[in-house]
Amino acid sequence: MKQTPSQTVGPFYSIGLTSKTMNVLATDGTEGQRIRIEGRVFDGDGKPIPDAMVEIWQANSYGRYNHPDDKQEKPLDGTFLGWGRSGTDENCLYGFETIKPGPVPGHDGTVQAPHINVVIFARGMLLHAYTRLYFADEPVNEKDPILNSIKNKKRRQTLIASPGMENGKTVYRFDIRLQGENETVFFDM
Amino acid sequence: MQIPKYKPLDRKSHPPYLFPAYGSSVKRGPHRRLMPIKQTLSEITGPLFSGIKLDPGENDLSRSVDTGGEAMGERIIVVGKVIDEDERPVPNSVIEIWQANAAGRYRHPVDQHNAPLDSNFTGAGRCVTNEKGEYRFMTVKPGAYPWLNHSNAWRPAHIHLSLFGPSFVTRLVTQFFFPGDPLIPLDPILNSIPSKNGRQRLIAAYAHDVTEPEFALGYRFDIVLRGRQATPFEDRRA
Repeated sequence: MKQTPSQTVGPFYSIGLTSKTMNVLATDGTEGQRIRIEGRVFDGDGKPIPDAMVEIWQANSYGRYNHPDDKQEKPLDGTFLGWGRSGTDENCLYGFETIKPGPVPGHDGTVQAPHINVVIFARGMLLHAYTRLYFADEPVNEKDPILNSIKNKKRRQTLIASPGMENGKTVYRFDIRLQGENETVFFDM
Repeated sequence: MQIPKYKPLDRKSHPPYLFPAYGSSVKRGPHRRLMPIKQTLSEITGPLFSGIKLDPGENDLSRSVDTGGEAMGERIIVVGKVIDEDERPVPNSVIEIWQANAAGRYRHPVDQHNAPLDSNFTGAGRCVTNEKGEYRFMTVKPGAYPWLNHSNAWRPAHIHLSLFGPSFVTRLVTQFFFPGDPLIPLDPILNSIPSKNGRQRLIAAYAHDVTEPEFALGYRFDIVLRGRQATPFEDRRA
């Protein structure tokens, strides 16, 4: 059987996909460092897109995914699914309230630096695009197999979110550029 | 540790990012070559929403949940199964649904098409596949509507569907169309799919066995998600 083809979410996806709040991943009991992730999605003219949608998927603070195929002997956090979805607001910002994930295993005994898996949808995108968010303040980024496989430093930088403080809360800024000189690295996976 | 990998995205079935006939893709589709990565735990896991309970009426878009009032239009029943490339059913999987009303208007502030809204129709719903991967929802047939892509551009009637499947890589957002719609060959969004067979697979089939006498017409639309690789990847340090 052949895969069913993808089509764009179109301009009206919000009635079906973002009418409910789905961008708060961490609840009161969730273990780990509370963070906010925020950013914009830019088009080829460098303009922020008002009708993009971002979904994230991440491990818990121990580095375990809430999924039966993750058979690591790390604790599961019953309060944390690890998935969220955000449309873009009137300032073209998407955002998530979550926790920083722990490191997860890569291939051949390697360890992947803490990261958040990101997928982007928009009117005009016939197929979604996958990328990853890494944290600028994680020294283990230097050993991350995927970051290291991106030879061009400037390209690698498109996956790194920088921390800032806002109202006493750590906010990581992660802008996504669909085209242009600083086009975000997107994955075929 | 065994990592059960998924088959690659089938580039002949899916549209490219850039398809100039669909104007909005020109500034929004990534230009650079995608970077291939090996699937890890991050890619082969994903949200399962297991145990999700839908509210009553979420799978029936044809009437208002608040008042029970019926939406205007041709009542239809849509059924299908969600399977993977090896025909294995994808059970307990949420499908999110959205569409225009029978007059071709979305309940959305950006939709300025001069066609009536229907107070009994939100155009949004959800259903969940059963153990066999089967789903079913009721709605009214959406109308065609104009858009500004090119002169006298009209989208054929379609319903949007969003699915997750068992992993991060099986995510799919698509649309399906109705057989015999004369606008289908003119639609750049559907035509962005490279193979004729791929385009054909987004057209639902009229299903007389699903049609209910004196009540509603039936349509069938099956959905195929990425399947597992035949041999699971064995991590050497397992």
